[in-house]
Amino acid sequence: MSTAGPPFISVRNLHKQIGDQQILRGINLTIREGENLVIIGGSGTGKSVFLKLVMGLIPATSGSIIVDNTEITTLNERQLGPHRRKIGMLFQDGALFDSLTVAENVAFPLRESGMKDSPDMHSRIHEVLAAVGLADHGHKLPAALSGGMRKRAALARAVVSRPRCIFYDEPTAGLDPIVSDSIDRLIRRTQLHYRCTSVVVTHDMRSVRSVADRVVYFRDGLIHFEGSPDQLFSSTDPLVRQFVEGHCDEDE
Amino acid sequence: MSTFLSWLGGLVLRFVSYFGELAVLTAELTYSLFRSRIRWAEVGRQLVSIGFGSQIQVIVTGAATGAVFAAQVYYKFNQLGLDSLVGGIVALAMCRELGPVLTALMLAGRIGATMAAEIGTMKVTEQVDALRSLGVHPVDYLVAPRFIAMLFSVPLLIGESIRFGIAAARLMAVGAYNVPEAFYNDQLYKNVDHIDVIFGMTKGIAYGYLIVIMACHQGLTVRQGAVGVGRGTTAAVFYASMAILIANFFLSLLLNYIWPIAAT
Repeated sequence: MSTAGPPFISVRNLHKQIGDQQILRGINLTIREGENLVIIGGSGTGKSVFLKLVMGLIPATSGSIIVDNTEITTLNERQLGPHRRKIGMLFQDGALFDSLTVAENVAFPLRESGMKDSPDMHSRIHEVLAAVGLADHGHKLPAALSGGMRKRAALARAVVSRPRCIFYDEPTAGLDPIVSDSIDRLIRRTQLHYRCTSVVVTHDMRSVRSVADRVVYFRDGLIHFEGSPDQLFSSTDPLVRQFVEGHCDEDE
Repeated sequence: MSTFLSWLGGLVLRFVSYFGELAVLTAELTYSLFRSRIRWAEVGRQLVSIGFGSQIQVIVTGAATGAVFAAQVYYKFNQLGLDSLVGGIVALAMCRELGPVLTALMLAGRIGATMAAEIGTMKVTEQVDALRSLGVHPVDYLVAPRFIAMLFSVPLLIGESIRFGIAAARLMAVGAYNVPEAFYNDQLYKNVDHIDVIFGMTKGIAYGYLIVIMACHQGLTVRQGAVGVGRGTTAAVFYASMAILIANFFLSLLLNYIWPIAAT
């Protein structure tokens, strides 16, 4: 397990309303540098919305989001650019640019940060692709990859610019158990190799066991549980147990 | 009555809101063009797609319009004994109205639909969010290169369409209807000069802007997955076509004031 450092992300009384629906109802959460935080919760409880809020991809209804000592809720789209580069994000379906090859996708953040085509850049791309097991697939278009390969390619794109934090939005959703396990190992390896903070949104309890330093459980737009994986799995809270064990109420 | 008023009010609000969004996008585009880094590789890719990819469409549009218009004008002018005027009339119409408008409408269909569908698909598959998460402003990467490519391509494509229209008209008048070539040329050069071609190409700059801004706006505001992309694409073509036709009226008035038709 990693050693957590000073706060990197600090969220206070965060509310998000979309239409008539109150998605987040006052989230308070601090994420420390170097820790692996896993967010669990049922569908529609605002886990992915939380990641997008912290990335500044959607505006908060109210509350404060401080990332690396900067309040981001007051920044405009152009001011958010440098802040976003501190965080890599793995989207649910990868969100690879489908007009670019895998290698071009991975090169994209480097080119955008002003890096010129050079042997150094190519070796960095090759290194990252090799780390996710896609060294021989750089020339392929995303459409030619399987779901697991797309997620690995997207992970390569997220880490290539060496961000200080990586957000994973349901990295194992829709993957078979073996590929899911390989993605979990990759997340762990990435965290150790690049010494970055990780925030993983998942429904997968195997991922929680293998990835998390700390777990928070979102329910009804609030944090219902916060603790270590051991505390989660030994919790006697009926709502936590129900979610962890995957039981539904008889009348649901 | 109240239902009608509420419908009318909603329509006006949507109209104002739509133009407000276009104005904001235009402001962002202006910022991108003058304050951000231009992605020239992306501009090059768009130039190939827009300029090279529209060749058949532009040539056929220009040639078919010129040929058909020459045939129609010939039948009437022949009755009046004014056969030799066919070249001048067709060329003037091709330069000032038919070439620019028809070419722009065809481009609104092809390029506008492509842009709206491409960007809309990127939006619903979170690729636009991925761009933003990498610190790239979507207008810088998606709109500005397309605008620059259109700024160069559309006037040139209109010029090409005009040229093919005039050539096809000559083929019809001189080749098929035996209008004496010397008279035909004489009237052509008396009625049309390079200002008329510039007139048409200048309209192309405005049409290029309208197509890009409306198509990209639809793409960037797509919602509801594949259905939304379909709706956005249709709306992009419809709005851009309408805007071209309406703008053409005002542009013609303005440009006719700046560059009046030369007296023969």
